Amino acid sequence: MAEQLIPTVAPAFAQRRKHRNDSAHQQLWDILDEVCDPELPGLTIWDLGVLQDVKREGDAVEVVITPTYSGCPAVETMSDDVVSALNKAGFSEVKVTVALSPAWGSDMISPKGKAHLATIKIAPPVDTDQPNCPVCGSSNTFTISQFGSTACKALHQCRDCFETFDYFKRI
Amino acid sequence: MSNFVDYNADKDGLLRFVLGLADDSVVLGHRLSEWCSYAPYLEEDLALGNVALDYVGRARMLFQYAAELEGQGRSEDDLAYLRDERQYTNLLIHELPKGDFAFSMMRQFFVDVFYVLYLDKLTASKDERIAAIAAKAIKESRYHLKRSEPWIIQLAQGTDESRQRVLTAIDELKDFIGELFEMPQWEQALAEQGIAVDRKALQKDWDNHVQQFLAQSEIEFGDSQLQIRGGRFGVHTEHLGHMLSEMQFVQRAYPGMQW
Repeated sequence: MAEQLIPTVAPAFAQRRKHRNDSAHQQLWDILDEVCDPELPGLTIWDLGVLQDVKREGDAVEVVITPTYSGCPAVETMSDDVVSALNKAGFSEVKVTVALSPAWGSDMISPKGKAHLATIKIAPPVDTDQPNCPVCGSSNTFTISQFGSTACKALHQCRDCFETFDYFKRI
Repeated sequence: MSNFVDYNADKDGLLRFVLGLADDSVVLGHRLSEWCSYAPYLEEDLALGNVALDYVGRARMLFQYAAELEGQGRSEDDLAYLRDERQYTNLLIHELPKGDFAFSMMRQFFVDVFYVLYLDKLTASKDERIAAIAAKAIKESRYHLKRSEPWIIQLAQGTDESRQRVLTAIDELKDFIGELFEMPQWEQALAEQGIAVDRKALQKDWDNHVQQFLAQSEIEFGDSQLQIRGGRFGVHTEHLGHMLSEMQFVQRAYPGMQW
């Protein structure tokens, strides 16, 4: 594979970023940057790609999120956290809508989100589905199981340092 | 007859269609969840639980839509937990007991191949809600197939024992395949409107995929044929009632109870 000289982002993320930058409600997006996935410490719902849209009409705020996987049990916790973050910032009328479309994909994760995954020792999604070990960096890894501790992760192991690690699935 | 599904096919075709898909998902999801703590090893236990979760999640999206279409004030939970066996309209292959690991993986492979073909077409449904659910589900089913295929190879080409179990599973499952490609009259009407998908048109592709895949392990698999049907009309194998009695126990014993 040729070395990538110009850093690019996936179109799915570029589209989200543009939507956020064009939004008239920067303050609301920024408040929501404190809401994280309950299973992925420190990863915000914006960086994960779950946060899709923020709308405001008068005092009423509507936040649109999309679940990573259909059965993801974290959706309810994230909805509650969105409401309490906005309540705390003085917005009392908050509605969270769970939209199915556009369907979430790992391309929606921000570059910052991918970097963060690596720091919490979860290998971020890669096109080859052959992740490097997040502990020692070795490419000599194999799949133990296509599913790990949650629906969004697979379980891999490193043959060099023997660490067992989660891989954030590419879908 | 009053125990049977009582929706009028002409008037409530869309509801019947969505409910049928929801029942397929919740029943298979429950069967997969029965592996919790019984899988051959821990990682496989987690994997089966996660596949089950995908199906239960799919069922929730469909039940929510069905409840809205019905408009009788019933919730997704009411539809899942308070309908009897004869009101369930899942296709029969989904309700067969989990059997041994080879049986569960074989069923999973068969339905994964089906859903990858079927949901791909369903994403083009003119009903936006159905198209959105299909777009979400297809990604999951593609991933499930990536998991069930290596398992079938490993089992079919493993020991004499594992191969024999694979062959037995195929024998037990093959008569339930044809029903996947049946088009009841309300679904046919929806397909003509571009809302549902013509299942029959997928059968040849399904046969080809399965035949070529099993041939790698020197297993001959003939063209699928309709042998047993009834699920969409509320007529089930003896197994569904037993399954529902367990799945619905809490809501039946403590009506309206919440976590």
